[in-house]
Order: sequence, then C-alpha cells, then structure tokens
Amino acid sequence: MENPAPLLQVKGLVKSYNVPVLVDFDFSLRPGEVHALVGSNGAGKSTFARILSGLTLPDRGSMHLLGRPYSPRSKREAEDAGVTMVLQELNVIGTLSVAENIFLNCLPRTAGFIRYHVLHEATRRALDRVGLAHVSPSTPASALGMGQQQLVEIAGILARNSRLIILDEPTAALTDPEIEQLFANIRRLQSEGVGIIYISHRMDEIQRIADRITVMRDGRMVATHTATDVIPSQLIREMVGHDLTERNPLDAGPTGGWALQVENLTSADVLHQVSFGVRHGEILGIAGLIGSGRTETLRAIFGADAKDGGEIIVNGQQATINNPQDALRAGIGLVPEDRKHQGLLLPQSILINTTLSTIPGHANRFGWMDSSAEAATTKDFCDRLEVRCSSSGQPVRELSGGNQQKVVIARWLARDCGILLFDEPTRGIDAAAKDTIHQLLRDLAGQSKALVVVSSELLELMAVCDRILVLSRGRITAEFTPSTWTQEKVTQAAFAGYLDTRESKQTT
Amino acid sequence: MTSTPKKLAEYAAMLGIWVGLLVMFGLLSQNFLTGATFSSLANRIPSLAVVATGMTLVLIIGGIDLSVGSVLGLCGSVMGVALVNAHLPCWVATLLALGIGLVAGTLNGVISVFFRIPSFIVTLGMLEIARGLAYLSTNSQTKYIGSPVEPMSAPIPGLGISPAFLMALFVIICSQVALSRTVFGRHLVAIGTNEEAVRLAGINPKPAKIAVFALLGLLSGLGGVFHTSRLGSSDPNAGMGLELSAIAAVVIGGTSLMGGRGSVVRTFFGVLIIATLEAGLAQVGASEPTKRVITGIVIVGAVILDAWRHNLNARGFRSLGKRTNP
Repeated sequence: MENPAPLLQVKGLVKSYNVPVLVDFDFSLRPGEVHALVGSNGAGKSTFARILSGLTLPDRGSMHLLGRPYSPRSKREAEDAGVTMVLQELNVIGTLSVAENIFLNCLPRTAGFIRYHVLHEATRRALDRVGLAHVSPSTPASALGMGQQQLVEIAGILARNSRLIILDEPTAALTDPEIEQLFANIRRLQSEGVGIIYISHRMDEIQRIADRITVMRDGRMVATHTATDVIPSQLIREMVGHDLTERNPLDAGPTGGWALQVENLTSADVLHQVSFGVRHGEILGIAGLIGSGRTETLRAIFGADAKDGGEIIVNGQQATINNPQDALRAGIGLVPEDRKHQGLLLPQSILINTTLSTIPGHANRFGWMDSSAEAATTKDFCDRLEVRCSSSGQPVRELSGGNQQKVVIARWLARDCGILLFDEPTRGIDAAAKDTIHQLLRDLAGQSKALVVVSSELLELMAVCDRILVLSRGRITAEFTPSTWTQEKVTQAAFAGYLDTRESKQTT
Repeated sequence: MTSTPKKLAEYAAMLGIWVGLLVMFGLLSQNFLTGATFSSLANRIPSLAVVATGMTLVLIIGGIDLSVGSVLGLCGSVMGVALVNAHLPCWVATLLALGIGLVAGTLNGVISVFFRIPSFIVTLGMLEIARGLAYLSTNSQTKYIGSPVEPMSAPIPGLGISPAFLMALFVIICSQVALSRTVFGRHLVAIGTNEEAVRLAGINPKPAKIAVFALLGLLSGLGGVFHTSRLGSSDPNAGMGLELSAIAAVVIGGTSLMGGRGSVVRTFFGVLIIATLEAGLAQVGASEPTKRVITGIVIVGAVILDAWRHNLNARGFRSLGKRTNP
C-alpha cells in the first residue's frame, strides 16, 4: 500500500449531457487501495464509474491505467484492461449455474461443447478466493442469497484478473453477515493489489473500509481525505458546499385546509410509518437519497403499489385507495418518475395522451368518443401549458422531454385533480424547460391545488417548495420550512438513516 | 391517430396490391376475371373475414388467439348436432353456436388476464380443447344439414352476394368504427401501446382485455355458422389452420404484432389478398404445395414491406425531431 505508482490516474475529466456532469475531475487510485467516492445525488459519481467501465465516453480529459493511456470504448475493452464494475443491480443469470455465470463470456469448450471438468475446476478456485469454497460450481445461481450472488459476481471479476473494481452501493441489498463477508473479501483483494473504487451513501461503512475518501459535488472533486482524518459531518458539509442564496420568502404562504393527509404509511422494508399532510395551495417537497422510499411513498398514495398499512385522508375524509382508479376518484394524480415507460403512450398522439384519464368525459353514454371535444380539451391545455408541437395529432415521441412532461401534467389538469404528485418532474429536461415546469408548479399551487414534489435536486425543491420533508431509509427524518432549511441540514437529514446502519438494523 | 388523407392513402395502397393481383391472374388465366370468380370469392371470404376482424383487435392489445380455428370448428359442430340430432330450430342452433364461441373466447380472456398467463399459451390450450370437443360432440362425423342453413351463404338474387358476406361487411364496418371512434377502441389502442401507463392513468385495463377475447370468440362462432351454411353440413375438422390465415391477413394489413397499431379495414384487404391469391393460384392450376409456398412468400413479403414503410416514416420523424429539439 506504500506503492507510490498509481494504478489509475485521472486528470481533467469532462462530460456533459445537457448540463455539465463532470467538470475537470481529478482522481487517483493506488494498487491495493480502497478509495471511496461520496456525494449527493447527481454529483457525478455514477457518470465517472460509467466512463471508467467503458459504458460512456468522456468529452475531454486523460486517464492512465498503470501508466498507460486508458480510454475504453466498450465494457469489453474495459474488462480486457482489467477494469470491472459491479452494478447496483446484479448481473447474475438465475437459471444458469454458478460456474456458467462466472465464466459466461469465456466458457472453456471443445468444438462447442462445454468442458465441464475444466470449468468446474476453475470455478472452485474462483469461489475459494471469495470465501465460497462450500458452494458447488453446479448450483443454480438463483439458489443463492443476494449476498452470495454478489460474491459470485465478484469471483467472476477476479477470475478475469481484474486490477480495478468499481463497487456501486454494494451493500444496498445485503444483510449484516453478508456485509462482513464482503468486507473480508475486499481486504483480501487489497492484499492482492487490486484497487477498489467504493461508491456508497453509508458513512459508517465508508469509514470502516476506505483508505481515502473523495468528495464530489456538481461534477467536481471537492476534497480527498485520508479516511481516518475526517468525520461524517465534515464530508456532508463538503458535499453540499456553501449554501446558495435562499429563495425569497413567499409572498403568501399556503392558507387552505388539509388537502391530503397520510398517516403511518407502511410498506414492507421500504416505508416505515410515514406520516405527513399537504394543504391546498401548498407545494410539499420530499427530499432524500435515491432508494430512500420517495418514489414508493408517492406510488403507495396513488395505489400503484400495494401497501401494508396506513391511512390516506383526502379533504378531511378517509379515502380507500387500492388502485389508481381509486386515486383518480379521490382527485389524486401522479406524474411518474419514468415518463417514457410509465407516463406516456409514446407512439400515440398528443391528443390521445392528454385525454387518457378523461376518456369517459369525452364520450357520450353509448361510449361514442366526441373527437371535437377531445380536440378542444387538448388545445386548451396545450395552450395553457405552452406545449410546443406541430399539431395535436403529433406523436408525443417526437416532443422534447419538457414538452412530454407537460403533456402528462395536462392529462391530470384535464381531469381536474386537486392533488398532484410529481416524481422527479424535471429529470432529463434542459434548463429552460425546467424553469417553465417550476413556474407551472407555482401556478398550480396558486390555483389552490396541493402538490407533492419528489426531486433529487435539492436546489429545485428549495426553489419551488413551501416545505420540505426528508426521507431516509423509509422514515421521515426531518421537516423544514424556508426559514429553517439549508442544503447542509437537509443533506444531513437525508443521510441520517444511513449513519449507523448496524444499529438500526438490529432494532428493526 | 392517423389523419384522414393518410388513412385513405393507406387504403388505396392495399387496394392497389389487390387490383394488381387480380390483373396478374387475369393475364395468366382467361377465365379468372369473370363473375363466377368474384362470386366464389365473395362466398369464401365471410368466415375468414369475421375471424380476422376479431383477431385484429386482439393483436392491437398485444395479444394473440390461436384457438379461433378450433372454436370455429366446435361452434359449427354444435350447430350441426343441434339441428340434426336434437332437431332444434335453426335460430336456436345458431344462437347456441354463437354462445359457445362467446364462452370459449371469454374463458381465453379471463384466464390470461387473471392468471397472468400469456394469451399464446392459454389459446394454445383452447385450440386443443375446442377441437377435441368438436370431435366428441359429433362423434368425429360430418353431419349433412342441407337446406335449413344454406340460404345464408347463397347469393341474393339480383345482388350476386350472400347474406353472410353482407353480415361480414357489417361486422368489419362496426369494428372499424368501434376501434377509431369509441371508448372501447381507445382503450384497446392505449393498452396495446403501454399497459402500465394506462394503469397509472387510472384506467383498469382488465375489462377491455377480456372483452376483446370474448368478442373474438363470438366472431369465431359466427365464422362457424357461416362455414356450416356454406358447406350445408357441419364438419368437426372445419377451420383447421384458420388461425394462421387470420393472423396472416391481419399482418398483411399492417397491424403490429407488438400491439398499439392496427386497422380492421386494412385487415379486410389482407383477407381479400389471401383469398384472391388462393383462388387465382387454383385457377392457373398451381398445385397445393406450390400454392402454400407462394402464399408464404407473399405473407412475409407484405410484412417486410410494411415494416420498411413504417421505419421510413419513423426515420423521417426522427430527423425532424432532431431539427426542432437539439
């Protein structure tokens, strides 16, 4: 570990999509080192990992692996160079055996027939390295637990002689003993000189396993610390940076009564007794890390997923919501996270998409559609939301992200929903359209609708919301108003559930 | 939704292919372009046409029904048994046949929706079940019925076409109107495009999905009635392989197997093309094997053409999109 020659040296890496994601990013990794990357959502960690593993090309910048220039153009090239990423979602094929999974892209063969004795021998060696010597190579992968499957994947990486492994939230699905096993393996890899980039939200784990910690913010490297020299609160402060100018205090706060109250919303392992309320004319933000239960909260309210417990009260009256139809009857609309797959009928026209939730309202009692009424509704809402399109017959697939989002919103406005749930309303939308959507959210609140907005961008929430709740590991850990919130406090609350994972696991 | 001029252009293209076939066979055989040929065409078409119409709707929601031929056979068989063995009045036998088709289709829909089994599997099972029941109900024998059922398929004097053909036309027109003008049709197209988005828009997709299979079952029953009346007898082997002809007609008409896109009128042109091909090849003396080879080539060719045309459109849109939204 005293080896001064870097395994990986990254200088001035730049990548931007619509907005810059990586800006002059510098990074280095020594052989046998565990280097943790931390940062809020969208700080650029994943983009960096994708560039390293050949899934994305950088715009500019240099990377050197063991002193040689390194610029992988595909996953295969990266793996050939010895760089592998273990994704958050495992890449294990359940129906194949452990051995076949490990050597899937290089099965030993003669004339197309797999040489099982060679394969199984190699598999035994690979499994032994990750402490799975007791697992038979012919076991189907699906028979193993999540943790063991992950180890199988790591065994496969080792069998291909990887020198650099990227672990992206590796403990998200693991139990405590499995985490211990993973850490033991990481130590063993270290001793073999493998470099590890460890991406995680969990401060306690990072402090245990990492040698160095690099903090990222807005695509930049903020600081690199020796792990023993730094405490979590300092890291969080660095992730947030200086508080930007706060939003001007609202001219008029929300005055209406409760539009939506949620009590003790519970869903196995995902949500724990989540309770909150939102008033007419109010925009309530929900902040939290990815996977903290934000999307699940909205979907449970909307009836898109089954819930294990909890009450939903709409305008003071108990509402039974078991499916989206019930939500609609209660006047609740959901603008989903993934508008392409969950929100829109992409090949269909703007008209069909706009009136999708109001089909009965545009038909007579014999089920006959009134196309001129549909056209009028579509025109009305598209004008109001300023959807830029050639005609209402244009397929929504051809619209820009911002305009697509407006079509989904128009659908709920046409339905006259009083309560609107927005999941990442500006994801993948360029800056100008983002502003329009923000203005639209304020306007909707002005029409005394109640809005719940989930966003990974804290600044977005601070710009539009009257109040922000913070979810962390399925629990509400804090509530802020414009006068009390700061980026630092919100971020701290977002990490609160993850600070001492071991303790909270024991109590649940 | 397709604009009206575009729709008409598509119909015209299909019509063009059909007329092309007619001209080709007319050149190949002196006796092809005669009243007799058209009369026999009109006589053969109705059962395939109504089944293909229902099949179009099933494919639009992204499903498939392999049981239509067997269900048609079963319904015809039951009709024969009801008339010949039970001496029931003709209208009762007809209703019985339609009812059995409806039940079979509803079962297909209910099982695939509530047990979440792909319709391919469910209807594959129904294919066997219905055919088996057809043999059981008739003791595997063809039953001669004769005059009670024949008028439906006999040409109306002075008009040259049969009541069955008129009914098939009526079914096609109603289905097309339902598809493009009613709530039901809108639901089908939406479900076929993206069922999850439909669910999250607050629409329960299950009733429409079941209804569309039930409707196809009913139309298969009607096809069975037409078939029985055309032959004047009920044959438990009727409709063997019909599911493939029906699917072929639908895809020739440009309906997507992936769902979300389709037209009943164009399916009717698909039916015309298949029937004309069959009649024409018979007329020019092609052997049964040759007929099958050529029909197969035409099916694949038509779908390649359609995919190519569709890609061309999509590519046009994409470059347009690039210009407007960088």
